[in-house]
Amino acid sequence: MAKKTTSVLPGFRLTLGYTVLYLSLIVLIPLACAFWKTSELTWGQFWHAVAAPRVLASYRLSFGASFLAALTNLFFGLLVAWVLVRYQFWGKRFVDALVDLPFALPTAVAGIALTAVYAPHGWIGQWLEPLGIQVAFTRLGVFVALTFIGLPFIVRTVQPVLEDFDLEIEESAASLGANRWQTFWRVTLPMLRPALLTGFTLAFARALGEYGSVVFISGNMPMKTEITPLLIITKLEEFDYPGATAIAVVMLVASFVLLLAINFLQWWSHRHHRPV
Amino acid sequence: MVPASTLHAPRRAAPRRVTAEPPFVRWLLIGVALLFLGLFLVVPLAAVFVEAFAKGVGYYFHTFNDANTLSAIKLTFITAAIAVPLNCVFGVAAAWAIAKFDFRGKTVLITLIDLPFSVSPVVSGMIYVLLFGAQGLLGPWLLEHNIKIIFAVPGIVLATMFVTFPFVARELIPLMQAQGRTEEEAARVLGASGWQTFWRVTLPNIKWGLLYGVILCNARAMGEFGAVSVVSGHIRGQTNTIPLHVEILYNEYNFVGAFAVASLLTFLAVVTLALKTWAERKNAALRGTGN
Amino acid sequence: MKIFLKLFVLLGCAFAVAAHAKEIKLLNVSYDPTRELYQDYNAAFARYWKAKTGDNVVVAQSHGGSGKQAQSVINGLEADVVTLALAYDIDAIAQQAKLLPADWQKRLPNNSTPYTSTIVFLVRKGNPKGIKDWDDLVKLNVVVVTPNPKTSGGARWNYLAAWAYALDKYGHDDAKARDFIKRLYKNVPVLDSGARGSTTTFVEREIGDVLLAWENEAHLAIKQFGVDKFDIVTPPLSILAEPPVAVVDKVAKKRGTTEVAQAYLEYLYSDEGQDIAGRNFYRPRSEKAAAKYAIQFSPVKLVTVDEVFGGWQKAQKAHFADGGVFDQIFQP
Repeated sequence: MAKKTTSVLPGFRLTLGYTVLYLSLIVLIPLACAFWKTSELTWGQFWHAVAAPRVLASYRLSFGASFLAALTNLFFGLLVAWVLVRYQFWGKRFVDALVDLPFALPTAVAGIALTAVYAPHGWIGQWLEPLGIQVAFTRLGVFVALTFIGLPFIVRTVQPVLEDFDLEIEESAASLGANRWQTFWRVTLPMLRPALLTGFTLAFARALGEYGSVVFISGNMPMKTEITPLLIITKLEEFDYPGATAIAVVMLVASFVLLLAINFLQWWSHRHHRPV
Repeated sequence: MVPASTLHAPRRAAPRRVTAEPPFVRWLLIGVALLFLGLFLVVPLAAVFVEAFAKGVGYYFHTFNDANTLSAIKLTFITAAIAVPLNCVFGVAAAWAIAKFDFRGKTVLITLIDLPFSVSPVVSGMIYVLLFGAQGLLGPWLLEHNIKIIFAVPGIVLATMFVTFPFVARELIPLMQAQGRTEEEAARVLGASGWQTFWRVTLPNIKWGLLYGVILCNARAMGEFGAVSVVSGHIRGQTNTIPLHVEILYNEYNFVGAFAVASLLTFLAVVTLALKTWAERKNAALRGTGN
Repeated sequence: MKIFLKLFVLLGCAFAVAAHAKEIKLLNVSYDPTRELYQDYNAAFARYWKAKTGDNVVVAQSHGGSGKQAQSVINGLEADVVTLALAYDIDAIAQQAKLLPADWQKRLPNNSTPYTSTIVFLVRKGNPKGIKDWDDLVKLNVVVVTPNPKTSGGARWNYLAAWAYALDKYGHDDAKARDFIKRLYKNVPVLDSGARGSTTTFVEREIGDVLLAWENEAHLAIKQFGVDKFDIVTPPLSILAEPPVAVVDKVAKKRGTTEVAQAYLEYLYSDEGQDIAGRNFYRPRSEKAAAKYAIQFSPVKLVTVDEVFGGWQKAQKAHFADGGVFDQIFQP
């Protein structure tokens, strides 16, 4: 099915060449600088920079909160996508447009607004405080900000798949005696799995690097609520460039491996589950 | 083959009994979804506008009657006007190469294009400082020739381009992959030149997807904070963009002013989203009738 | 006819002046809490320079965390003058980018610091927790707000002031001072990246019982948010904060602004400059201005970084560098 490069279409060299050139100029060469700067360190120094207890604590928070936020979004994102595609209700179009808000809203504004809302005297914070729940300036705050940032990724990857979903498949499952829940769990969900996986990874990767919205709400306490991007900034302000780039390199490699894995998985599932 | 399957089952057909949930489940799901969106999206959005108008409409507009605010708005628009078209051309070229041809290393290439999505904005600003800063690789040479990149408009544009790099390409690649290459091949066989094929066949097919990508790219370009903050130098009236100006006002205890300027960005975001919804509906309508 | 002649002459004069008057642009890269000070001062200096030379000076401002600003200058932000929170940051510019000589601090009077400040406590109205001295900050039920010393110059002064107090109290026992600092930071729930961020946390978010702040920031907060909300408590002992100023020689030379940049800083020591500093709640150096504004500053015993810590280079290395005391107190 895959024709090899002898296509009748023109422009392969031009477009690929331009793509690679532009990619190199804007992304790859600048990113290579981070590796170049890191190479000033010996292995020992590198290890010391990226594996100090405070740095490890920040990885735990950044990866942990990003993972939990992406997981939350996986559930609620699917729910929102499902509601938007399958049901009719008043104001649906407005809700649909609203989902993209975190894409479009500047992160600093999001951070300030979330802090104002979730601080102990904020609109929502004041109801949570008597219950002993503190959101702003705790790990929960980091989680809230990252959930905000990641929501559209899941909804927007699942929604189109759900829209193109052939209802006949669900019907035949039902006619074979499956109840609604079984149909969803055994038939619908597996079909959505690739889209969910993509959305989850994008939300996770995006949350890992998020800075602007988190610093306002997190409290920035070492070992407790300090995220990895903040540590990079801190190192920069100590004029410790190699140390900063070393941590940046660790995050870069982690993101790259994650994205690569997901793209391979997509490619693989594309090949193996292509409808005949 | 994608259109073929959509022909069988009319999309958005009225849900039939076996594939619909009982009303209480339906309302429960809608309720939970709306509650979640309310807590995480609507409340912060409302907070921005309530704070912005805390001192009345007059004060709100007074905020914009300030040279520094206006210059921040101007710089933001200039930045977007340069970064978005460049990324747009790149996105189309990349999507053409990736969707219409087979070659080795495609997955790696797509991943590299995705990469700026997940690079921390802080890191993306930092790498440009490492490259163009006075202590950076090219710094001494630039200094000698008196070319300013970092802490000037070019640096801000570059950082913005990096951050918004994948938006258009990411939108177009799946779309063009799904459309396949048969239509273009047919046009070529019928004697159209490469450019004609692109302008007459491909572009009309992707225009709404392209618009969607451009709109998201533009929204992010105007709103970027972290990366731009590292390369801007924060000179009032010169190298401040709208998000940076929001931070400055906030730090001057001018909370109402900060939220007023922020509400301008939020307003732009909402307009953008409205445009996007419109583009999507056009797109859907086109797909529906086009086949 | 006469009136026309007069107009003509006037117009001619205007042209002559316009033809002579140059427009000079300066960039002053400063730290966070000086916004209001330099807003006032830039206008005053422009008037002074116009009267003296006929040239127009427009001073552009850049504000941010002191360390971040220094780093921007090192990386090529073309500042004619820097006015930062602490000497260490200007030292870094001298050492790493060699934009000014290492002995820059000797070039202007009073260690190149035309005004000083200190660290005080901002508490809620009526001082409900009865906070009087540094000792009260380590009590179990007191919540303290201070920024992150790693990223904020002001926070470093806060930290060093507390350390100086502890040394004084425990007879120069380093281990006990460290324990004191550790207990102090146990009471801190939020470490904002800058002084302004901390003030917002304390004032707007209503977090904490006491904010450690620059004296001028504390006064400004009261001015901004109302005298009915906060009180200033000046502890008996605090640190003499000396925010220095310097011309960035290489940049000024390149841009041909050396003369005006030099005058810009020197004028800070003039009567008008000192008066503006006092009006913005900085402690002026000149006796005249100091006497005029004495009423707004409580008496306090001030120690210096040089006396207690042997200078900024040593203080930075021992306390704030990677793996320094500040890092250690957060290790479990």
